[in-house]
Amino acid sequence: MIGIEHYLVVSAVLFVLGVLGIFLNRKNIIVILMAIELILLSVNINLVAFSAFLGDLTGQIFAMFVLTVAAGEAAIGLAILVIYFRQRGTIAVDDVNRMKG
Amino acid sequence: MDYANSLYLTGPEVFLSVSGLILTLIAAWGGQKAARLSTILAVGALVGASIITAAFLINPAFEQGGDAFGGLYRMDAFGSVSKLLIYLAGIGCLIVTPRFFDKGLEYRPEYPLLVVFASVGMGMMVSATDLMTLYIGLELSSLSSYVLASFTRSDDRSAEAGLKYFVLGALASGILLYGMSLVYGFSGSTSYLAIRPAFEGTLGTGALFGVIFVLAGLAFKISAVPFHMWTPDVYEGAPTPVTTFFSTAPKVAAIAMTARITLDAFGNQADAWRQVIIFAALASVVVGALGAIGQSNIKRLLAYSSINNVGFILIGLATGTAAGASAMLVYLAIYVAMSLGSFVAVLMLRDKDGNQVENMADIAGLSRAKPMIALCLAAMMLSLAGIPPLYGFWGKFVVFQAAVEADMVVLAAIGIAASVIGAFYYLKIVKIMYFDEPANVVTGKNDLAHWTVLAVTAIFVSPLGYLLTIPMGALADRAAAALFAVV
Repeated sequence: MIGIEHYLVVSAVLFVLGVLGIFLNRKNIIVILMAIELILLSVNINLVAFSAFLGDLTGQIFAMFVLTVAAGEAAIGLAILVIYFRQRGTIAVDDVNRMKG
Repeated sequence: MDYANSLYLTGPEVFLSVSGLILTLIAAWGGQKAARLSTILAVGALVGASIITAAFLINPAFEQGGDAFGGLYRMDAFGSVSKLLIYLAGIGCLIVTPRFFDKGLEYRPEYPLLVVFASVGMGMMVSATDLMTLYIGLELSSLSSYVLASFTRSDDRSAEAGLKYFVLGALASGILLYGMSLVYGFSGSTSYLAIRPAFEGTLGTGALFGVIFVLAGLAFKISAVPFHMWTPDVYEGAPTPVTTFFSTAPKVAAIAMTARITLDAFGNQADAWRQVIIFAALASVVVGALGAIGQSNIKRLLAYSSINNVGFILIGLATGTAAGASAMLVYLAIYVAMSLGSFVAVLMLRDKDGNQVENMADIAGLSRAKPMIALCLAAMMLSLAGIPPLYGFWGKFVVFQAAVEADMVVLAAIGIAASVIGAFYYLKIVKIMYFDEPANVVTGKNDLAHWTVLAVTAIFVSPLGYLLTIPMGALADRAAAALFAVV
């Protein structure tokens, strides 16, 4: 029988993968955008699983909002990436170092 | 009837959203030429929203505030005071903006539009009493901010700032959301009103994780240590008027939102979140003070200064008392004025071709070339350092007083020590401006808008500001009381 804890474990694994994807990735900014999507999807799994478990619809509505905002976020992220690429001609993570920090 | 009442209570947001939509149409049809018109209209919209907010504050019928949309949103004195600060900061930032873009950089009607939408989002953040409203408000303001940070497309620093801000901001939203999903799962609701009783007694591991993740996400947004690493880069890279905006309005919104969620939703778990806030406060004051030493870019230095100030504001929140929340609001108001003033002064530093001067070495001997700017900037710096006759001292004083009253003497002592360290670099700027050999770089002219904002903020932080102490204290007390009245 698959219970709530299985969903939570899957979501936690996805979340950790997403966060590691942002910090360990040394290659490409597109991969960072994918990692961000992974984090948001792990949140959605959590919300929907809790919603089903609690028998409460709020979580599913919340998941809809998260999906919508994630789409907007991806659009803006890619737009900024295009501007960046036009300026610099590269999207390698190691080259994002015009300023120290 | 209920719906109409809800719309009425969300008046400032509704008004600003509609104005934002109209501005979108103007931007779409007017194109580049409509930039100036759009700026004026956006300032008008923010003024209108401030008037509506102030009317709610004054109207005795709303003394107790009111819930809108079935408890998703709450209009009360706390939200209104924060919103007033946000809108005033937005107005200040908008009127100094157009001049910055005169130097061939593209100024477009989308800029004021984004500021208006960011303000709508921030208004939602401070009034939200449900995790969903909070999230939508937060994203509305964040998404607008990402675009603003990368607004000067011809400058690669701006693009890099936008990219860094976007990646770290999105990560912060993700962490915050993950925390929210856990809070929802373990409390069974997204409404603060329902979370509060659900989180009573000892928290389970899952719920505790939820609270910690929410706090970590919020710390990102207010740039508190250990989640501050994006601040110096974004502040340096973003166009200066945008940095002015970032260091004022979103700070108010994020801190007010943090105060509401911790004191209201997690009110029964004060021991759990206070540890986190105390750590963040101490780390911020220390890192902010030490990090600023050795910076050669003024905007970077002011970024560390803002991290440092966030630490002091969090000390007020860490007390977890109404007096602490009130002190926090007073400090926020003074901080907004100081931050606005210092960044406008930085905006006014131009060389003979009208380019921005950001290097510390170039402001040497500023007191001879531009005595008034030097005087105002010196006043801001001394006020940020908390030197007594200036108003910045009062903010630090009320925060430390609240901390001592709440038996957090050690916290106050470390805060005072850090503010002494911080005084070093503030005084260094004053020394460079007044006692170093003139570099004669800053010779450009400025227009009336800059002088007005600079004069207003300078008068506010000057000893004349103390005239406002009593009304401002009363307002802050009322706002803090509103925050605790929900219980």
